[in-house]
Amino acid sequence: MIESLLARAPRFANWVYGFTPPERGTVVLVHRRVYIVPTRLGWLFGATLVILLIGSINYALSLGFVLTFLLAGMGLAGMVHTARNLARIAVSAGRAEPVYAGESAQFRLYLDGRAAFERPAILARHLRSGAQLVVDIAPGALAEVVLAVPASSRGWLALGRVMLETRFPLGLFRAWSYIEPDARCLVYPRPERSPLPPYTAEAASGAMRSPTPGNDDFAGLRGYQLSDSPRHVAWKAVARSGDMLTKQFTGEAAAQLWLDWALLGAALGVEQRLSRLAGWALAADRAGTLYGLRLPGVEIAPGRGDAHRGACLQALALFQEPGK
Amino acid sequence: MSVALSAHPFAPEARLVSTRDVAWLIGSLLIVIAPHATRAPWWLTLLTLCLFGWRFYFSLNRAPLPSKWLVLGVAMVAMLGVWIEYRTIFGRQPGILLLMLFAGLKLLETRSHRDAAAAAFLGYFLIVTNFLYTQTIPTAALMGVAVFAISATLVGLAAPQRTSPSNLRTAGLLLAHAAPAALALFLLFPRVQGPLWGLPQDAYTGMTGLSETMSPGTLSSLAQSDAIAFRAEFEGEAPLQRLRYWRGPLMWDFDGRTWTIGSSFLVNFEPPKGGRQTHRYAVVLEPHNRHWLFALETAASLPERARMSFDGQIVATSLVRSRLRYELVSVIAPDPDTAEDPGTLRRALRVPPGYNPRAVALAAEWREASRTDEEVVERAIGFLRQGRYVYTLEPPLLGRHGVDEFLFETRAGFCEHYASAFAFLMRAAGVPARVVTGYQGGALNAFDNIITVRQSDAHAWTEVFLRSRGWVRIDPTAAAVPRRVEAGLSRAVPEAELRALMRPELEWLRGMRDQWEALAHKWNVWVLDYNPERQRDLLGSLGMRDADWRTLTAALFTVLGLMTLALLAWSLRRIKRPDPVQRAWRAFCLKLAARGVERSPHEGPRDYAARAARALPAARRAILRIGSLYIGLRYGAQASAAGIARLRRMVRELRLT
Repeated sequence: MIESLLARAPRFANWVYGFTPPERGTVVLVHRRVYIVPTRLGWLFGATLVILLIGSINYALSLGFVLTFLLAGMGLAGMVHTARNLARIAVSAGRAEPVYAGESAQFRLYLDGRAAFERPAILARHLRSGAQLVVDIAPGALAEVVLAVPASSRGWLALGRVMLETRFPLGLFRAWSYIEPDARCLVYPRPERSPLPPYTAEAASGAMRSPTPGNDDFAGLRGYQLSDSPRHVAWKAVARSGDMLTKQFTGEAAAQLWLDWALLGAALGVEQRLSRLAGWALAADRAGTLYGLRLPGVEIAPGRGDAHRGACLQALALFQEPGK
Repeated sequence: MSVALSAHPFAPEARLVSTRDVAWLIGSLLIVIAPHATRAPWWLTLLTLCLFGWRFYFSLNRAPLPSKWLVLGVAMVAMLGVWIEYRTIFGRQPGILLLMLFAGLKLLETRSHRDAAAAAFLGYFLIVTNFLYTQTIPTAALMGVAVFAISATLVGLAAPQRTSPSNLRTAGLLLAHAAPAALALFLLFPRVQGPLWGLPQDAYTGMTGLSETMSPGTLSSLAQSDAIAFRAEFEGEAPLQRLRYWRGPLMWDFDGRTWTIGSSFLVNFEPPKGGRQTHRYAVVLEPHNRHWLFALETAASLPERARMSFDGQIVATSLVRSRLRYELVSVIAPDPDTAEDPGTLRRALRVPPGYNPRAVALAAEWREASRTDEEVVERAIGFLRQGRYVYTLEPPLLGRHGVDEFLFETRAGFCEHYASAFAFLMRAAGVPARVVTGYQGGALNAFDNIITVRQSDAHAWTEVFLRSRGWVRIDPTAAAVPRRVEAGLSRAVPEAELRALMRPELEWLRGMRDQWEALAHKWNVWVLDYNPERQRDLLGSLGMRDADWRTLTAALFTVLGLMTLALLAWSLRRIKRPDPVQRAWRAFCLKLAARGVERSPHEGPRDYAARAARALPAARRAILRIGSLYIGLRYGAQASAAGIARLRRMVRELRLT
């Protein structure tokens, strides 16, 4: 009930949680942001104390009083220790590598203990997905938390709210704090495996500018570059000389594959068209051909290599149909 | 790094206990039940240990735990066994023993962390059951170890990845932090005098002490015990050993074998007048489950919650069931009080007919030959003094005419024989007499100047009523065996009859015992006897007179609040504070951001300051100066305190219009 209330009144929620999301840079868990309540075990402990107290009064047991009060003091000290376990941790978000829709985004959080004591058993829990991890922060050290958040659709995936919780040392109290770091992960469209666009007359629109593939003239060998496709490596020559060599074709400069939005019928729907384009981009990348991408309002000149593939996929991930 | 799960990993009901947790739990429960094992029937101890061992075996082999029905079956059999042993399962002793067994059964169904924590709480509860039997320093020390172990177990449950030594350290730190709060609660928590409800019938068995009757053998068997009866602390000089007569219950009625208190009634207390010497002292009385209190000679004051009986005996208004401290003033040899009720005097002359004819004849003979009662008493003392009587802890058995046999045949007895015979002789001779039981002597502890009176100091003597002097103490034992009163029991009785510690040659051992007892006495007074009255006294001495529970609660919460604040301060002490330069810079960025110049994450301080200066030309100079000052402090060779202060002041005074 409270959750839904907070969801409907975000400003109130920000006041309750003590911050306005998303939070840039390093977030320090100051006291204002750390909440603490007894756990169910804590209430059971309290009930035990009440029984001990009544027994001590009834039987006039001085040592019973001593025990009861010692345990009560321990509960109080335990509360402070639990709050301390979370107090003033500095949280910063790391880079999240782009993923394809349907995979899990790996968000990295760094918890800096900033203290001369250890902070054991700290739970980081991603509220939306339930992804969670328990870490110990050694004295003066930094702990890395990797939260695997499922990425269901393309675009930017914001991390959202993360809860840090601890019940150390006695399990009688639960201290927790919410953070919402400014961390996001790029989600590419889910690539659809399908053959590359056929080299047909459709290419008149410019998808394929070379005559026919495979008829390129062999022009010679050059040194291997990391971005070269393995299919173009001159394996026979490599076996002879031991150096990595790549075959060069005269027609290659012209052999440009255009991955065009217009090649795909509107019946497919936007997401599926993007998926197919992503699949083509990957296939073309594997094949080592030069390829360019054409979307309504976006055109990426033909190229090859990891950076080019990333640019194409990013364009697909962030594509917005014009006029919508 | 563990795999992320969807269930809450801290939910205690979802986490299974590890072998280490089980071992810790079993170990700490073993410490708790160790003292109970000595009181339990052997089979119950064995069964509990088997249950512990069984659980550990399951844990080692990762076997599934036994079924609920098997556990229930074991519980039923054990309860039947306890019932056969005690004929009940609801008394204190059987109840506690069953609880000890249930700790073993609880372990057998301990799967999750929650079960383990509940078993640990049961362990805390079992600790307190030990205190029902004994609250001595060794018990307290052992149970302190148990608290430590159970707390370390709880820490282990909360932090499974840590090593046991670090969990022990954490538990120690927690207990150390708990100690001040525990002390405050102990001193200030509003105390209520128990009990809140009726206690089991067997709650007060096993207390030793004098009883309402005295027959041959009563005191000599009591004197075998060196349990402490009470301790007395005198203001100033303590009286000499031979003058230390601690009066207890008075015996009025004699049936030929046994003396009894008989009927008694309370009177208004009137302090005696005159007296040679007064003693002020405090008595810490061990519980004896009776009403009477002990006083040196004639009491000249009455403790709180005590009354005076018609025969000068101080009685508490309730049974003494916990250690009781009271303060008294006693007078040695006050002015004689010769007024006595005739009915009482008649009662003090009554002898059972048909008993002890030889003693009756001897008494008649003395009566004939004497003109006054004093003379009769003197003749009787002379008779005992010259009779070569033997003082022994193991007197021969006596038949129907016990007084006759003791006086004329066996001539060996303990103080009850002397007192009984003398009182009988006096009554037969027409002198009113009564028997007083109590303690004589007591050892002065050189370490704390406190007199410790033990059950072995139990004594019986007589008081006779003389018209000119009132009730006068006559100790027939002192007449027959002077050493008993001069030097104590151990010098008067043949050595072979004494227990090891009572023997005179073991002085060094007794010295050690004296030291230990001085400590134990402090423990009793300051820890065990801290009750509502002592609380009131303590607060009174701190200037809080007539503190009621509201004042106490307020004081308590104040102290606890201050302690929590101190703990909080401690908890943040070892955490790095943000660098003051950084804080000032952050405040600066916030101020600029409020005017729409937000720093982007990649922007360095120089570029940011330049951009902000362009955007806000009115404050251009100040912004640029702050920027260069920050760069100097943050990345320069040294940061001076003056520079930091200047930066903070400039940021504070920065006005952006």
